[in-house]
Amino acid sequence: MSELIKVGMADYKVGRAPASLITYGLGSCIGIAIYDPATKVGGLAHIMLPDSKQARSSENPAKFADTAIPLMVNDMIKLGASKMRLRAKIAGGAQMFTFSNLTDIMRIGERNAESVRIVLKALDISIIADDTGGNYGRTVELKLDSGGFRIKTIDKGEKEL
Amino acid sequence: MSEEILKLSEMQIDALREVGNVGAGNAATALSQIINRQIDMTVPRVTIMPLGDVPDVVGGPDAMVAGVYFRVFGPAPGSILFLLPRESAFSLVDMLMGREKGHTQALNSLDESALMEIGNILSGAYLNALSYFTKFTLLPSIPALAVDMAGAILSIILIQIGQMGDHALVIETEFTSAGGGVKGHFFLIPDPGSLNVILTAIGVKE
Repeated sequence: MSELIKVGMADYKVGRAPASLITYGLGSCIGIAIYDPATKVGGLAHIMLPDSKQARSSENPAKFADTAIPLMVNDMIKLGASKMRLRAKIAGGAQMFTFSNLTDIMRIGERNAESVRIVLKALDISIIADDTGGNYGRTVELKLDSGGFRIKTIDKGEKEL
Repeated sequence: MSEEILKLSEMQIDALREVGNVGAGNAATALSQIINRQIDMTVPRVTIMPLGDVPDVVGGPDAMVAGVYFRVFGPAPGSILFLLPRESAFSLVDMLMGREKGHTQALNSLDESALMEIGNILSGAYLNALSYFTKFTLLPSIPALAVDMAGAILSIILIQIGQMGDHALVIETEFTSAGGGVKGHFFLIPDPGSLNVILTAIGVKE
């Protein structure tokens, strides 16, 4: 068995093949998997919020899309990844509960997804698979030997992107 | 540390635990009357923990749970979440509907309404206690239900807190029905700004 590296909520991890990176129970949060197929170096982030500049107080840059993604990409480059070869796959950003009058916080999954796309575009990293939205949770795994992105749900089955 | 919850004194935490104790006691009594079975509850735990650790309280972020969620409106807004392991939710529905134990394997819309109604009664009982101590009128929103991974369900609350800081104050009580079959967790998570308001109202603001 190759190593399975767990990524907690509001955290990110990087690694290289043959390890895999996994994060459990994404709801409105988003899992961002970035991979370099040549060096088989990858990273997985579990972000909670779109924008660090709107937060009142935080000592954890891994919590926000705008700060987590650049930090993770830097750590991948330190492991030998080439910025030009990086591709992203994203999943999560669900709306777990439905209320008739949606406040901003209920739409947070959607806002997270928007922000992740903007941040990746600014870094010139293209998104080659996107499984965001819906009203259900997801557990995602990035396999660093193949770059496969496995998504497990409770009722919607399992798939690999 | 800029987060106010990290500066709470032992006395303030004790006071919150006492509020939680009365609130959970009310809720347990209500639940016990509905299902006509004795309900045991633990003394509430008041814990300040990093956001990412909260799902571990209910078995980890991928534990399968049913969650009934409420926003709390009033001078001290916050969130209430009644979380049951999925099997417990099925057993509770069996009891409520007078079905044989183990019958329910998925929730139909009537089962879902029943669970939300139970959540309503519990959150109302709990908020009565909080209102009694604070003299505030605190009202729950209509309930919302999800059956999914614990991490996914908790994310809605953790994200709200995450806008203010990196830690959550969780007042949590575990329920168990006599003879087993049903257990659940009841969470009260005040919005970050609400904590000072509650502490002032119950007279333990330093």
